[in-house]
Amino acid sequence: MSVAIADKGTREPERADDGGWTCVIEPEGRRFDLRLGELWHYRDLVYLFVRRDFVAQYKQTILGPAWHLIQPLLTTIMFTVVFGRIAGLPTDGAPAFLFYMAGTVLWGYFSGVLTSVSGTFTANAAIFGKVYFPRLAVPVAVLLSKLLAFGVQFAFLLCFLAYFRLRGAHVAPNAWVLLTPVLLVLMAALGLGLGVIVSALTTRYRDLAVVVTFGVQLLMFATPVIYPMSALPEPYRTWMALNPIAPVMEAFRYAWLGAGEASLAQLGLGAVVTGVIVLGGVLLFNRVERTFMDTV
Amino acid sequence: MSAIAIRIENLSKHYRLGQIGGGTLREDLHRWWAGVRGQPDPASTVDDALVGGPSDGELWALSDVSLDVRQGEVLGIVGRNGAGKSTLLKVLSRITAPTSGVVKIRGRVGSLLEVGTGFHPELTGRENIYLNGAILGMRRAEIDRRMDEIVDFAGVQRFLETPVKRYSSGMYVRLAFAVAAHLEPEILIVDEVLAVGDAQFQKKCIGKMSEVGKGGRTVLFVSHNMPAVIKLCTRCLVMRDGRITLDGTAEQAVERYLGDVDESATVPLHSRRDRTGNGAIRFTSFGLQNAAAVPVARARTGAPVVLALRYESSGQSACRNVHVAIAVRGHFDEHLFHLSTGSEKHDFDEVGASGTFCCELPFVALQPGRYPIDIFCAVNGVTADWVRHAGMLEVDAGDFFGSGRMPPVEQGPFLVHHRWRCEAPEVDDGVAQA
Repeated sequence: MSVAIADKGTREPERADDGGWTCVIEPEGRRFDLRLGELWHYRDLVYLFVRRDFVAQYKQTILGPAWHLIQPLLTTIMFTVVFGRIAGLPTDGAPAFLFYMAGTVLWGYFSGVLTSVSGTFTANAAIFGKVYFPRLAVPVAVLLSKLLAFGVQFAFLLCFLAYFRLRGAHVAPNAWVLLTPVLLVLMAALGLGLGVIVSALTTRYRDLAVVVTFGVQLLMFATPVIYPMSALPEPYRTWMALNPIAPVMEAFRYAWLGAGEASLAQLGLGAVVTGVIVLGGVLLFNRVERTFMDTV
Repeated sequence: MSAIAIRIENLSKHYRLGQIGGGTLREDLHRWWAGVRGQPDPASTVDDALVGGPSDGELWALSDVSLDVRQGEVLGIVGRNGAGKSTLLKVLSRITAPTSGVVKIRGRVGSLLEVGTGFHPELTGRENIYLNGAILGMRRAEIDRRMDEIVDFAGVQRFLETPVKRYSSGMYVRLAFAVAAHLEPEILIVDEVLAVGDAQFQKKCIGKMSEVGKGGRTVLFVSHNMPAVIKLCTRCLVMRDGRITLDGTAEQAVERYLGDVDESATVPLHSRRDRTGNGAIRFTSFGLQNAAAVPVARARTGAPVVLALRYESSGQSACRNVHVAIAVRGHFDEHLFHLSTGSEKHDFDEVGASGTFCCELPFVALQPGRYPIDIFCAVNGVTADWVRHAGMLEVDAGDFFGSGRMPPVEQGPFLVHHRWRCEAPEVDDGVAQA
């Protein structure tokens, strides 16, 4: 379906026959055509979806948006006690609290995007079945609303960072912080790509809905979130290179805490893997978007 | 001649029934492996295997439909369930893609949707107006311009900042409809099936449609409501098995449709496929009985009759909380009256795994004629089986009034017992006493 919706005011004058169609519906769309122009036309909808996610989530709660801060804070405290104090995992010399908080906040963004995006088709089946709008508006809105939450949490992290630094702890933000936007894009792209693949497949295989919820938990342990890369013994380390989130996580912590190892080569490899996943996701999404109502 | 608003060229839509049912990866792998080894599809049903042939388990919901719709036409589409009407609308509103063929559209397409699609209960009335409008394709500036009108129309000024979950159902409906009514697309799509069960909404839809049609915009209208079709549509299609079988005036189309319906009533009930429901209970046959429970072919005006619905349940055990209803329709397929376990006493607390639901009419108060009936059954509030035009209630002439005479048929289908008398002018009390 290649589509161009003309704005009401600028519609072409009506002609007797061919030409001047505002919309042509065909069985096969172009595979890699994301129809971003159309998505742009629906940007107000994306904005409203973001707003809905953000506003509706904490309506009728006492603490409201404060939950965005409480969640990572409690998780960080728990991780610090369990993995830092009890299990005694190393943190590459960074204060344990900051180490776990950086991991939790960044991982929270990734897992949030992945789980929400993967429910795109099943959670919205009722509305997708009745009205057309670019389906991509839903995952894109998820991406943005999670980014907003991440922004708040990240600011929270910076507060703690400043506090620890004033107290004289060993934290050393360095030039790598400039790469933070790139890291976020990589993380978002990966979450979106994987989420979109899962969402497209769940329209036929409901098994995946189950897999995602605990799969994300398992994936966290397969990623250096609660331990540094340097703590891994050799055979595992090589395998870890294949996990595209691992270098992002390490680079993020290295940039802001000065702990761990950042490697451009590893990041590059991760970016390639991410690119392939996003490409596959787009392909699948474009196919499923057109006919998923027949299988849901 | 006005310009063409919609051009449909050789449109087809194909469903593979077997694949819709299969929902897990394991089944698909199994199926794929069987295919590799050249064995029959393990997911195909026994029926398919016995009959064979490529058409089994496949359904052409639309086959080779071509059509031009001109601007300003109010086009009705009628047909039995499963004829492809809704599929056609779904393709036109881009909810699902066609298998082959091309549709070209000039102008913005909008649908009247089921009440509250896309409403979020936690958001306020104002927020939901924006959200709902955006889902329907409106820009924010456009909604801003119409905000006052929408709020006025819905009559919710005082509750604009209240979450819609606190709205009464009437307010909710009014707000949802107000947004849709102010969308103003060049091409309006109305699928009555989407609005089943909400009489108020249907009425508003029809009002809005005639207004839109008069405004020179194009309307596509799918309905089972024949009087509405005749009243509103300037042109009408009859669809059957995914094809257009007639393209003409509304009157011609309704006549043909009712002919199709008559024909479908001759298919045995248990093998009818155009039914909805989860199948917890299925009707297997419909018949008439006289007062002595002897099957009869026709009822007689004024005489008692029993409408007997045989059923089977999918499980072995009894079903609880069973609601059964029969809708009797008239000449133009309009609803005449409704016989339901809900209005008479109460629903059945418990029924056996199979049996017969009997609905007794002490006397038939209808003119002689043929009356299509719909039958419906719900278990625990969930639709179990619903067959439209499941059978005919044929009524022969009888002596309803005990006078041997009948009112003329064109005065209406119903017969009502009544008594006439003539009273002299009231006598003044004072005079009488004097």
